[in-house]
Amino acid sequence: MAVEALGSAHRVKVAPWNDPVIRGWVFQIVVVGLVAGLAWYLVSNTIDNLNRQKIASGFDYLGREAGFEIGDSMIEYSPASTYARAIWVGILNTLRVAVLGIFLSTILGTLIGVGRLSPNWLLNKICVWYVEAFRNVPLLLWLFLFYKLISEAFPGPKQALSALWGSMFLSNRGLYFPVPMADPIHKWMGVALLIGIAGAVALHRWAKKRQEATGQPFPSILAGFGVALGVPFVVWLLGGAPHHLSWPELKGFNFEGGTVIQPEFTALLLGLVLYSSAFIAEIVRSGILALHKGQSEAAAALGLSRGQSMRLVLLPQALRVIVPPMTSQYLNITKNSSLAIAIGYPDLVASINVTINQTGQAIENILLIMAAYLSVSLSISAFMNWYNKRIALTER
Amino acid sequence: MLNKFLAAGIAAATIAGVATAAYAGKELDAIKARGSLICGVSTGVAGFAAADSQGKWTGIDVDVCRAVAAAIFGDADKVKFVPTTAQQRFTALQSGEVDLLVRTTTYTLTRDTALGFDFTGINYYDGQGFMVNKKLGVKSAKELNGATVCVQPGTTTELNLADYFRANKMTFKPVVIEKIEEVRAAFFAGRCDVFTTDASGLYATRAANAPNPDDYIILPEIISKEPLGPVVRHGDNQFADIVRWALFAMIEAEEYGITSKNIDEMMKSDNPTIKRILGVTPGMGKALGVDDKWVYNIIKQVGNYGESFDRNVGMGSPLKIARGQNALWTQGGLQYAPPIR
Repeated sequence: MAVEALGSAHRVKVAPWNDPVIRGWVFQIVVVGLVAGLAWYLVSNTIDNLNRQKIASGFDYLGREAGFEIGDSMIEYSPASTYARAIWVGILNTLRVAVLGIFLSTILGTLIGVGRLSPNWLLNKICVWYVEAFRNVPLLLWLFLFYKLISEAFPGPKQALSALWGSMFLSNRGLYFPVPMADPIHKWMGVALLIGIAGAVALHRWAKKRQEATGQPFPSILAGFGVALGVPFVVWLLGGAPHHLSWPELKGFNFEGGTVIQPEFTALLLGLVLYSSAFIAEIVRSGILALHKGQSEAAAALGLSRGQSMRLVLLPQALRVIVPPMTSQYLNITKNSSLAIAIGYPDLVASINVTINQTGQAIENILLIMAAYLSVSLSISAFMNWYNKRIALTER
Repeated sequence: MLNKFLAAGIAAATIAGVATAAYAGKELDAIKARGSLICGVSTGVAGFAAADSQGKWTGIDVDVCRAVAAAIFGDADKVKFVPTTAQQRFTALQSGEVDLLVRTTTYTLTRDTALGFDFTGINYYDGQGFMVNKKLGVKSAKELNGATVCVQPGTTTELNLADYFRANKMTFKPVVIEKIEEVRAAFFAGRCDVFTTDASGLYATRAANAPNPDDYIILPEIISKEPLGPVVRHGDNQFADIVRWALFAMIEAEEYGITSKNIDEMMKSDNPTIKRILGVTPGMGKALGVDDKWVYNIIKQVGNYGESFDRNVGMGSPLKIARGQNALWTQGGLQYAPPIR
């Protein structure tokens, strides 16, 4: 308060149109007014035009019966379900391919990125060519190529290739393999898995604290996996170890029973992973190269093994460079998954497009799709920003 | 594809952004001022709308567009054709990207009302059918339980398919790809057991796209009514009238035996009906707001309905589709035009 009073006392008297404070306010009000005016103009004009052409509007259609079938759904869906559910199926399908895509391309990209730094000539060159080939051809073409390869190269269901003593079948309808019959215990195994993961995290924290205090190392990663997988296993045993499998069987036109990974999904996932991992490889490489050589030398001087120096010294520092561009990559994977529509994978765009066509309500549906992609993208960003802050340099 | 989706978005934005006052006559004035008609057609269905190697569009749908242009401008060539996918077509029409849509589009209540459109007639009576590979040994659509079906999204076909299987207590797996070319490729590669679309489309696909047309059969069941017709958006009744009567004129001309070949002799006819149709007795064109020689221009440059049918999909074309329901009402078919008087 005192400072402000002091400042205003010393202020030179100027005309209001020359006063920077007043000018600043005026400009801001004008800009906000213009934006609001434009928004009002667009909205009122739209409503006006829709009314005049008697085009239906509003979100009532979401509760109506969709009437179309979806080929690949993670939840119960039939043509008798509502449009809202059809769109939800699409969102889940988008999430499935995006999450798997992010996970797999991170692993593959990191391996390729580290491979590019390898002194081994062959490995190095393979990684260089991989990166150049995949990032210099549009993703859409890769998708077409993979889809054509799968649908043209594999035989029809009646001549399906079988593997593992007739338990798995590969054809142009996808890869069929047996799955455990649905059992109530599966739900509890899921809960147990979550508990196991929480236990593994707690174990890791405890091990870290103990090592900082006493210097004694503990193989917390291996033990963590053991805990995370062991708890559900114990639950399964307690549940009487139900081991009935649903086997795929050729009936009529297609296989029935078991489960299937469809060609559209495979082609899309393959395309996304191979394409994105080329970019991720470059990000990882740049992150590692950004570190000063002295870091690894110092780690070696302390007597750390190569693995330890990578894990404890190099990677934590490289991550600070890697994470921000990685966030954009993850967002790209999510958004690129919308190319699915070219090869017939029923993602969010596909569901929305059919809905637009059947209801004619383009504006509402475009708003929905934008909201869906925006919330997925913002969630990824929020998580990555949190992670970035966590690994940021903490000065002590 | 993404750009298709983008197109829908842009079109939606256009609805939002452009204050096109759509009152009677406004659309027609805009078309006249522009000097050409913009007609939405399919991206390539042999016999209905397909561009040849010189980029010249032909087909039974294309002929309707040309007839409308002949009525308005006296010149059937004053049309710009805009290929639209099954998904883009309605947004393209709603947003004003095209004046008129003649794209094997099925006349339904929702489309005629909630989408903001008016169907002006039926230029082809169609029905949905199934095509399968002969090797499967399927003789009837009732045997298709469990089949994988290739279908285009956003069509009445997709809905009829689901309805038919539900009604017959059968299940199916759809493979839904937006571009018709990709759907066909997937079917012929064996990704699906069945390809379904309007029967005319099946004949066209088999004749023009199958690696070996003899390997495929079209099952006898026709599972739906698919009356295909030209569509305009709500707002300009005068333009809608011209589109409606351009098609009627083609049908009426066939009924009275007026063809592109004999039309100049017909101008000398004593038959009062023919004199009225051809504008020898004036009045009809004026009522419609076009030149009195409008029918003469249509028939001379495009031909009557029978000529158009025969040239594009009938016996004079590779499709060899029989007239069937599309014969004139006088010959046991459904094509019937109200009198021009």
